[in-house]
Amino acid sequence: MTAPSSPPPLVRVSNLVKHYHRRGILRTSTERVQAVDGVSFTIPAGETLGLVGESGCGKTTVARTVLRLEEPTSGSVRFGEVDVLALRANDLRTFRRRMQIIFQDPYGSLNPRMRVGQAIGEGLRIHRVVPKRDIPERVATLLAEVGLDASAARRYPHEFSGGQRQRIGIARSLAVEPDFIVCDEPVSALDVSVQAQVINLLTDLQQRRGLSYLFIAHDLAVIRQVAQHTAVMYLGHFVETGPTTEILSRPHHPYTQALLSAVPEPDPSSQRQRIVLRGELPSPAHPPAGCPFHTRCFHPLKDSRCSTERPALRAVGATKTACHYAED
Amino acid sequence: MTTLLDVRRLTVNFFSEAGTVTPVDDVSFQLAKGETLALVGESGCGKSLTALSILQLLPRAASIGPGSTIELDGQDLVPLDEAALRAVRGARIAMIFQDPMTSLDPVYTAGSQITEAIRAHRNVGKRQARERALELLEEVGIPDPLSRFDQYPHELSGGMRQRVMIAIALSCEPQVLIADEPTTALDVTVQAQILEILDRLRRSHDMAVLLITHDLGIVAGRADRVAVMYAGRIVETAPTDRLFQHPAHPYTQALLASVPRLTGPLQRLTPIQGTVPNPDAWPAGCRFHPRCPYAFDRCQQQPPVRAVADGHETACWLESPQ
Amino acid sequence: MIARPEAPFDRWRRSGGWLGVVVLVGMIAVALVGPLALPDPASQPDIVAGAQPPSLAHPFGTDVLSRDVLSRVVSGARISLAIAALAVTLSLVLGATFGLVAGYWGGWVDTVLMRLVDGALAIPRLFLLLLLVTVWDRLTIVPFVLVIGATGWFGTSRLVRAEVLRIKSEPFVQAAQALGAKPARIVRRHLLPNTAGPLLVAATLGVGNVILLEAGLSFLGVGGVRPPTPSWGRMIFEGKSVLATAPWTSIFPGVAIVVTVLAVNLIGEALRDHLDPKNA
Repeated sequence: MTAPSSPPPLVRVSNLVKHYHRRGILRTSTERVQAVDGVSFTIPAGETLGLVGESGCGKTTVARTVLRLEEPTSGSVRFGEVDVLALRANDLRTFRRRMQIIFQDPYGSLNPRMRVGQAIGEGLRIHRVVPKRDIPERVATLLAEVGLDASAARRYPHEFSGGQRQRIGIARSLAVEPDFIVCDEPVSALDVSVQAQVINLLTDLQQRRGLSYLFIAHDLAVIRQVAQHTAVMYLGHFVETGPTTEILSRPHHPYTQALLSAVPEPDPSSQRQRIVLRGELPSPAHPPAGCPFHTRCFHPLKDSRCSTERPALRAVGATKTACHYAED
Repeated sequence: MTTLLDVRRLTVNFFSEAGTVTPVDDVSFQLAKGETLALVGESGCGKSLTALSILQLLPRAASIGPGSTIELDGQDLVPLDEAALRAVRGARIAMIFQDPMTSLDPVYTAGSQITEAIRAHRNVGKRQARERALELLEEVGIPDPLSRFDQYPHELSGGMRQRVMIAIALSCEPQVLIADEPTTALDVTVQAQILEILDRLRRSHDMAVLLITHDLGIVAGRADRVAVMYAGRIVETAPTDRLFQHPAHPYTQALLASVPRLTGPLQRLTPIQGTVPNPDAWPAGCRFHPRCPYAFDRCQQQPPVRAVADGHETACWLESPQ
Repeated sequence: MIARPEAPFDRWRRSGGWLGVVVLVGMIAVALVGPLALPDPASQPDIVAGAQPPSLAHPFGTDVLSRDVLSRVVSGARISLAIAALAVTLSLVLGATFGLVAGYWGGWVDTVLMRLVDGALAIPRLFLLLLLVTVWDRLTIVPFVLVIGATGWFGTSRLVRAEVLRIKSEPFVQAAQALGAKPARIVRRHLLPNTAGPLLVAATLGVGNVILLEAGLSFLGVGGVRPPTPSWGRMIFEGKSVLATAPWTSIFPGVAIVVTVLAVNLIGEALRDHLDPKNA
């Protein structure tokens, strides 16, 4: 999924799998929750891959396993030349400088008992990015870079609004000078007018610092603003991947089409065909056989093949789609 | 169109250790029979409190200020006592809330919560109530209502729970339905399902709907008229089409410019500078003026509401939309 | 509906904490300064006079050995408060350590530790203490404090563990992990400061508990406080035999206990209320 003649991929993930073992309600049996069931992608340096899907699709699990905040069940994650999954504990900790994360919840992502300056400086201290006496100055620079006043360093998180806290979280990640940041729904919990501020900040930072992002969201309109490429996820699988413009204008997978039609557009005159999905999302502990989407699929050519044979991602038009009948 | 719900000069006061604040300040709007009015604003603007005050479900520290009028079919609800209010809640005005996880009682089955609502207002026997409840479950699109009736909320998905809430709300054929961010906690595809149901039921039951939301996209698709709220006040009211095509208030304009869109030219978003003020530190005069690109000295005084076009009002000193 | 200011009951409840602080601070001040101002309770062996009711010379009266009850109550304050403070500190340290380790590491470490705690909690503390003090002959104050402290940390460890589990899943802890922080750092800088609130509440309420325990044990005659050193419980024990004829020898230390424990409990509850909404 790399565009031709572009910088070499920085992040290469292949066949990432994460299964959880969850005890059933009565604790007599163990369910295997297939949160992520074999996803592969690459992200070139300086670009963004958007990962979009609804609850239970596994996108947050992808974020955490790529960063090895949780151990994947199988698969490989390569960062430049380094095999991330093979790193030993101490090497992993040192390596973490290069890959960071921004969280969705602005209220839980900062330690309430730590001053903002200390929170931002923590990475500086752990990795000795600058000599100790230079830390306050570096913190002030970072605060300025995310659009906050230097006096913020002395204050506590609860004195700030949601949008400001997100900026503080971004500054904290930037402190260690990463190459890659996983943005896990960074604007979903923010007000509409504040979302724009944070989106702009992230795109500016990408340009200025050459960062790569894995940008996770459930809002396709937000993905459109930040990601050059997009992957649509459903029940632990990628169902469609490709350039964002293509996914939005000519989606081939029925789920992508349904997702697109469901996004409310702030434009009363927009004439879109409204596709309303029937049925419920299956549980990741008991995924359907064959194509994961077939239980709710409305494709006119849906047949028995869909319930027995899982479609692989294949090129259809300008995107890759996991559907047996995507051409039609 | 006949006016069903008439809210005039509604004020809500909130008592805290820091003093008294007024998170809803002189709010007025009308809801006509059969229409959907959207009350739009960001968090902290007071829209949820406005909705709660119609049914007087405010938290203990809050109360409706003097001079407020909330008329349902000509009758003022503000001076009513608890017994009279109970007759209104559920039967004439119903409400559905944002978070389906916490809005249903976890220890009662879905069906029993619906029958409870029915029997609170109608003098019917258990069997009749159960039949009506099953009808309602089917109406809100729940497959296999018979088995769902006896299920507990934790056995249902978010979308299902929201449908159950809608069934409860509809059970006594209310004239007005207040929906407080009914889909915010739901996935996009589930949201589409729920909005579809609400639309259909509104038409079939001939209800008026007050839709509280922060999502301009939902407003564009589902509302007849829109009232935009900022910092406790309504800054603009207009028919939906007009609001999106000719927004008159700078806040509305800024909001529309800052929202990411799926279609149209892809350009850098224009955020609104600054942050939403807290109720204890509201600016004098027009509350938006510190963040407004067109602010001038007159904005230090609260602007009056004036008409821009037919059915279109705004509270701004600017003479013509920029 | 009319406008409503803060309900009077809530205001009254909030002032309870300050009352407790005032009383406790007063008690501590008296304990520190008092013995310097008042005559030494042990140095007045006027055995002939015996127990005298309260008078101008002896505001709390005298006990059977003609010692000034007021001086003894004041000295007793030192002993009782010191024992409580030290024992609670020990319990806190033990409880916090075990709770942190169990909560953070999880797995079998957690299981083993918590089953041990469950076992210990199944034995009533008073019986455990009685067993220890009767077996351990000639118990002096320091081992006494150690014993009380060592039996009081089980509940605290459960509390701390629960807090740690809650905080562990918060994004800011994951953020620290993502930054590359070592577990020791995470425990020290992120987990511990955020458990401080509930710990403090448990500590203040524990102080009241220990004062009562020490008084009870002394009353039963098995406390670590030996005569002539006064402690409140000891005084009540010694006044037991003359309860009918010289009740003041027991009443005043009893009142001191009640007042102190009440004050400490008021503080503890006020702290709990104060910390709660902010954490939410």
